[in-house]
Amino acid sequence: MDMLAGKVKTTQQTVNTAMNPTDALERPIRLTAQDVTVHYGAKQALHGISIDIPDRAVTSFIGPSGCGKSTFLRCINRMNDTIEGAKVGGTIKLDGEDIYAADLDVVELRARIGMVFQKPNPFPKSIYDNVAYGPRIHGLARSKSDLDEIVVSSLRKAGLFEEVKDRLNEPGTGLSGGQQQRLCIARAIAVGPEVILMDEPCSALDPIATAIIEELVDELRENYTIVIVTHSMQQAARVSQRTAFFHLGNLIEQGNTEDIFTNPVNKQTQDYIMGRIG
Amino acid sequence: MTSTTLDTAAERRKLVRAGLSRRHVGEKMFRFFGVVAIVLALGFVAILFADVLRKGIPAFTQSNIHLSVTFDPEALNVDPAPVREPGQSDAAFNAANLAWQRQVAMLNWNTVIEAALRNAAPQGFDIDSRQILSIVETDARHRVREVFVRDPSLLGQTVEVDLLASANADNWVKGNINRDLSDTQQQLSAPARALIDTFEENGTIRQGFAWSLLSNVDSRSAPASAGLLGALMGSLWMMLIVVVLAVPIGVGSAIYLEEFAPKSRLTDLIEVNINNLAAVPSIVFGLLGAAVFINWFRLPLSAPLAGGLVLTLMTLPTIIIATRAALKGVSPALRQAALGMGASRTQMVFHHVLPVTFPSILTATIIGVAQALGETAPLLLIGMNAFVAAVPGTPVEQATALPVQIYLWQGNENRNFFEARTSAAILVLLGFMITLNAIAIFLRSRLEKRA
Amino acid sequence: MNTLIVAALLLVLLGLAYQLGWSKSRNLATANGARVHSRSQYHGSLAVLWTMLPALLVLAVWAFFSPGVQHWYAVSQIPTDILTSLNQTQLNQQLQRLNDLASGYGVTGELQPFEQAAGENIGRFQLLSFLIMLAAAAGLGVLGLMLAQRRITPRLRARTEVERAISLLLIACSAVAILTTVGIVASLVTEALRFFSFINPLDFFFGTVWAPRFSSTGAGDAGQYGLLPLLTGTLMISGIAMLVAVPVGLMAAIYLNQYAHRSVRAVVKPIIEILAGIPTIVYGFFALVTVGPFLRDFGNAIGLSISATSALTAGLVMGVMIIPFISSLSDDILNQVPRSLRDGAYGLGATQSETIRNVLLPAALPGIVGAFLLAVSRAIGETMIVVLAAGNAPILRGNPLEPVSTITVSIVNQLTGDTDFTGPQSLVAFALGLTLFIMTLCLNVVALYIVRRFREQYE
Repeated sequence: MDMLAGKVKTTQQTVNTAMNPTDALERPIRLTAQDVTVHYGAKQALHGISIDIPDRAVTSFIGPSGCGKSTFLRCINRMNDTIEGAKVGGTIKLDGEDIYAADLDVVELRARIGMVFQKPNPFPKSIYDNVAYGPRIHGLARSKSDLDEIVVSSLRKAGLFEEVKDRLNEPGTGLSGGQQQRLCIARAIAVGPEVILMDEPCSALDPIATAIIEELVDELRENYTIVIVTHSMQQAARVSQRTAFFHLGNLIEQGNTEDIFTNPVNKQTQDYIMGRIG
Repeated sequence: MTSTTLDTAAERRKLVRAGLSRRHVGEKMFRFFGVVAIVLALGFVAILFADVLRKGIPAFTQSNIHLSVTFDPEALNVDPAPVREPGQSDAAFNAANLAWQRQVAMLNWNTVIEAALRNAAPQGFDIDSRQILSIVETDARHRVREVFVRDPSLLGQTVEVDLLASANADNWVKGNINRDLSDTQQQLSAPARALIDTFEENGTIRQGFAWSLLSNVDSRSAPASAGLLGALMGSLWMMLIVVVLAVPIGVGSAIYLEEFAPKSRLTDLIEVNINNLAAVPSIVFGLLGAAVFINWFRLPLSAPLAGGLVLTLMTLPTIIIATRAALKGVSPALRQAALGMGASRTQMVFHHVLPVTFPSILTATIIGVAQALGETAPLLLIGMNAFVAAVPGTPVEQATALPVQIYLWQGNENRNFFEARTSAAILVLLGFMITLNAIAIFLRSRLEKRA
Repeated sequence: MNTLIVAALLLVLLGLAYQLGWSKSRNLATANGARVHSRSQYHGSLAVLWTMLPALLVLAVWAFFSPGVQHWYAVSQIPTDILTSLNQTQLNQQLQRLNDLASGYGVTGELQPFEQAAGENIGRFQLLSFLIMLAAAAGLGVLGLMLAQRRITPRLRARTEVERAISLLLIACSAVAILTTVGIVASLVTEALRFFSFINPLDFFFGTVWAPRFSSTGAGDAGQYGLLPLLTGTLMISGIAMLVAVPVGLMAAIYLNQYAHRSVRAVVKPIIEILAGIPTIVYGFFALVTVGPFLRDFGNAIGLSISATSALTAGLVMGVMIIPFISSLSDDILNQVPRSLRDGAYGLGATQSETIRNVLLPAALPGIVGAFLLAVSRAIGETMIVVLAAGNAPILRGNPLEPVSTITVSIVNQLTGDTDFTGPQSLVAFALGLTLFIMTLCLNVVALYIVRRFREQYE
């Protein structure tokens, strides 16, 4: 317990010190969005979003609830396709390839862009089967030992292996909330995605579990491009190098996290950061 | 470092791509099975309705024979009808009247009908008495007699009467009988068949809407005039009993369980019990009715009263469950508002909660009643499959019910005629049920819009 | 007629009671300005209760005893020498004649000398007893009303009393459902025990021959009552029905729930549910006149001997009947699986069918098993389809293409038209009913438990 509390402290102290802000800009751009709009039926949820997301860095989307940040996130791996009546306009390119192109396979796209959700949602299967699910459907493992290796390394990367190594065959739903969320992260990593989208991954967790996840996100950016939606400005400040501020379906401002928080250009961003807009 | 991770990423993409076509085929197959299931289910509905309609619709028209019937005083040798004398008591007059009617009933009305038929036939058509009478339904003599009893002054006069053709004649006209069969295999004799064709040509036999289906009671001796009126009334009596008993008891019980009962083992048990009752096979309710209502309470056999009680018990769980669900759905805010104003629990339930749930309760009631209307098996066990040729005037008289009538008709030996008649009865039953359900849907949308 | 008079009088009396109670309470409130505990309506209602209960009590006593008394009096009007010469049927006819005379309706045939006077006497007696009953009911009602009036004071907690009466009434309503179950169990068990006093339970439960004899053929041999041929028939037909209903119903539910556009779903779902509203007798008729002959001809065409009425015919049509049952229950259950699970699978790149097969269905499995068990319970209790289309051949055999019989068919056959319940021929229906009840009870309880647990899991 004490150790964990110490961890929280350390994380807080390491805000933005992990990487020089200019580093993020220098990284190659992985994802480009051009003028993205989303309609749910007659209602327009997003108005012309254009943003570049750099490789192997954490980009956070912030803004008040209902501002469209999650909606935009769900555009990136075409999760909005599963919602009846949703219409997406504009282009989003992954490595220069339009992900809304007619001949693009959504299944393949989602194998490249993984997602972690707001509420931990482990399948009602064993811990092992949860992590093995992605590699199994995509045929990534050639043998049982291959699969074992993927599962173990994914759990390791998600920082969960030590906690669950003796009960891999127990149901994933039996874990605590924070563990479940790390299981979901391991499940996403197991497919070997290039980009990981995280939709308010800590909103259902207590502060200690949150701190662990944040630390994990910080580690993961070594190997993955991460986009995280959060309603907590502190979290954005702690984990991300780039930040985009959304308001009422518009992208108001984007830039290096430090710049956004210390020196916002836009009045609305400033108000939000000062706590004047909910 | 960078290059190695890119390599594995590229390798992974290759693996994922390799499986894609197989997975998409699987997806298409699965979807296809789904479509097949939907098509099958819809197909069953379509086939079922098409089949019943195809068989039943012809039975809604029927062959009528239009005859000029002469009430020949020579054939009808009868006293004048009694006239009420001053000072005669009710009983005495009724007795005299009954005696006269009895006398009328003893007359040979077939001679009158035969004369009318021969009159309509071509001059000198060679056919014997039994053969010519096989063209009209056997109860034609009752119809003609009724005309006379209603107006005894017709003696010696000629009136135009529409009589039903016999079931065989009707089948012959409709082409349901193979005309190539030899004489020995035909139900109708050769002259009778020829005469029917003649009658059809000269317009004596015409097709008309089969009112008999709706206005007559069941008949064994005269299949062409067998109708559903008795069964309809029997079903109506039972539905009345179900509505009068099941709705108040069901709603009351739901209110108690949902609003008043303390949450305890006992109420849990009651809940399980009610859910289970809803799934008990209907025939078990029939056994209950036979043992308890008929054998212990000695309720009259074959009466809508016993049938209605059995159906009430069957419908109760449906109404209780639906009402409870509706009560559960009422927002706690409304309850708190009522209680906060100082209303007692009873006042809250009856003044505020119950009115909101009214549409749901109404729908559940109608659906429950429709279900009860179509139920057959339990009624067989309490003797409602008895042959009843009367319209039940009270719920303790012998009666049958629509679905039971269908059961009885499908078993009739005169398959050729009754298969269509049974299908027509099914259409009447389905019509009733569809109407009930449509009313439920209509009222529901109406009431919910208003609320 | 009499019923109408009684009802009208009762209504008038109750209206009067309400009015009196209400106005007395009003007067109290205005006269001495005291705070009256309850509002006037409750005093009115209380007065109604106090009036209605005694009056209804009298009416109930009358309804219970009057037929017996009337009968006794009518019989007493027939001279003894004639009475002794009549058998039961003749006596009933005689009583009917007397009643017709009494009500002023004519009778046919010669009047016997005593009949006219007897008829008039009976008429007078009926009128008199009716009036006495009416007076007693009204008198007691008024008495109750007067007592209630005296009790109405400002401090009377009329609302509490009325509400207690209401809740007692509601409890009585709930008791009906319990009494139904008690009635089912009691009647099945007592009559089944009587059956087992004729036939050894072992011979019943494990007998392989079903050959009941009818009582007229001689008292010595009651026939054989082996359950097994019926049980296998029941299970065979239910099995065929489930083979039809489960794949079609489940796939239809999945397609409508996951793939179909909202507008398609809005049309197709109600149409499939029409199947659930069709009375079973209609299915039976359809099976008998259409499906059976079709299967027979089809069998002939491919060189297979299929009976027109067979386990296959009944099972197929029963399967169709059960489709909407499975599909709407499964649809409900699929709706209960949280969306986040589906999203999780999609997010990993699973195709829609992979999501459904690997995530949705396993998550919904308990609920679907519950629905399946409920459907089985419905199949084994279904009667009319099998009565018409199964062929009624209670022979132990395993060929679904031949006629069979089931438990429900035998209940109908053994009990229809026979209600004296004296021999094993009719009593066996209750033993069969008990078997059926226990089977369905177990299935229902397990299924309802599973479904309930499943719902709680995702709530």
